[in-house]
Amino acid sequence: MVAFAETDASALRIREIRKSFPAPDDPVTKRLVLDGISFSVAAGELVCLIGPSGCGKSTLLRLIAGLDSTDSGELFIGSQPISEPGAERGLVFQDPNLFPWLTVRRNIEAGLVARRVLREKRNEVNEFMRLVGLEAFGGAYPHHLSGGMAQRVALARALINHPKVLLLDEPLGALDAFTRMRMQDEVLRLWENRRTTMLLVTHDIDEAIYMSDRIMIMTQRPGRIDRIITDALPRPRDRSSSDFLRLRSDILELLHFAGDSATA
Amino acid sequence: MNRAAIQSTLAGTEPERDATELTRHGSTLSWRVQWAVPLAALFDLAIHLLFSKRAPAVETHSYSLLMYEIIGVSIVLNIVQRFWMPLRSWMRHMCPIFTAAILLFGVWDVVTLGFQMLPLPYFPGPAAVLRSLISDRGLLLDSTLHSLALLVSGYAVGLLVGLVSGICIGWSVPIRYWGMPLLKVVGPIPATAWIPLAMVISPSAFVSSAGLIALAVWFPVTMLTASGISNTRASYLDVARTLGAGRTYLIFRVAIPAAVPNIFIGLFMGLGASFLTLVVAESVGVKSGLGWYVSWAQGWAEYSKVYAALIIMAAFFSTVMTLLFKVRDRVLVWQKGTIKW
Repeated sequence: MVAFAETDASALRIREIRKSFPAPDDPVTKRLVLDGISFSVAAGELVCLIGPSGCGKSTLLRLIAGLDSTDSGELFIGSQPISEPGAERGLVFQDPNLFPWLTVRRNIEAGLVARRVLREKRNEVNEFMRLVGLEAFGGAYPHHLSGGMAQRVALARALINHPKVLLLDEPLGALDAFTRMRMQDEVLRLWENRRTTMLLVTHDIDEAIYMSDRIMIMTQRPGRIDRIITDALPRPRDRSSSDFLRLRSDILELLHFAGDSATA
Repeated sequence: MNRAAIQSTLAGTEPERDATELTRHGSTLSWRVQWAVPLAALFDLAIHLLFSKRAPAVETHSYSLLMYEIIGVSIVLNIVQRFWMPLRSWMRHMCPIFTAAILLFGVWDVVTLGFQMLPLPYFPGPAAVLRSLISDRGLLLDSTLHSLALLVSGYAVGLLVGLVSGICIGWSVPIRYWGMPLLKVVGPIPATAWIPLAMVISPSAFVSSAGLIALAVWFPVTMLTASGISNTRASYLDVARTLGAGRTYLIFRVAIPAAVPNIFIGLFMGLGASFLTLVVAESVGVKSGLGWYVSWAQGWAEYSKVYAALIIMAAFFSTVMTLLFKVRDRVLVWQKGTIKW
């Protein structure tokens, strides 16, 4: 069982979540996807969630975002229970999902328009466009953007609401290796700049080690949190340092073990 | 492929293609392109004068005048294009099709007036049609305006009602449950099939015809709008909800914009259906408009007037269609490069 600090300082607190979906071939029987997930994320922390595909990482993020509801368990954002989607939890998907009919600028504004605060906060739009280095592309439509640029717009669009927690669902998964490394630095810069609490789902171990304060490793179906590793390497981190590589091989071993026990 | 070309391909540049591009789009128009249109018009004129003894002098007069005008204008354009680049590329693009169209008039003239291979009065020559176009221009203009008024009012009503019903059916599950069967049963009936009923229940022929056009437009617009709305990518809606969007935002700023490409397909289908309904409704009900003019001219066996009206209709309908394309290009500017129709 995983211990978690039960302090009110935590930005996100999750207790004993269970979630099952109807099996695709037989709608009557239910398949347990998440089995008693508990953890908490402190304010300003960057936590990574890694695990084999199909372990329910994305499902967990959708539950936190409020897009799906749990079978049982509790989710708190600060001291507020989560029941539906809200602007205080930003979500960025692997696909940037920019609205193709809006320009870059209007995409970034979308959260302000949706919350009807555009008039008061219009000046923030420029700030966030500058923050992600896209001030020259305000009038461009999404289909003109490269994958990395589109994802930066998606980040700005989520951050403009000043979310208490930013949920990132494999946001860099579709990018090529170089863009991906550059974007990791970009996300870290945004995190250090704004001190937004971030929960990052990834299947890239290097990315998890490079970016997080803590790494949560999940087991496969039904998803449980197997182990939480505190990643205390000094920042900025060196991807080729011996400490980095040691942590990497530890996690690889853990994941391998997790895979074996699931099939046994 | 010669060696120079291979080398240039390897080097990543294409000097030879650049050179041919330059001669194709740059300096001059070849003499063939320049003189094709005036020569074709001259050819038509010669043919017509050859057979002109069979035609009334007034027809020959206006037809030759038209050909002189074509020759004159094309020669002027040939001179202007030397100094004006956009005109040159436009002419390069359009001259072949104009030449073909003008030559087709010549063929038409030979077949009808020349050798009288087609029975009169059903198939008059181009000069006779042109004469009808000129002599009946007042009535034709009046008919066109009546058709336009009927088309616009019917289309606007059908469009508005179709958008509203399509959005409701696409968004709301209960409305879809009750509305979709109705749409599927009533929608496919051609609007013209309602003519007997429309004539009975409506106060005026104009209102009933506009209603029929609206009905013809309503069905495709509703169908395509509903399918566009209900097929909105779930992830767009998810993103909007995590940004704090309420229902109004989800409908008006996510679902509807996402459905606009689909809605335009419905608008084009509706436009085609509205042309058909317009012409039929005018020829049986309303006593004005181009559809009425055609059946009226046919009643008097004045087929040259029938063809004159058909020419006006072609110009009128294709202009309206082009306008809708322009609107689509403006509204869907965000899709630029991804749409192919």
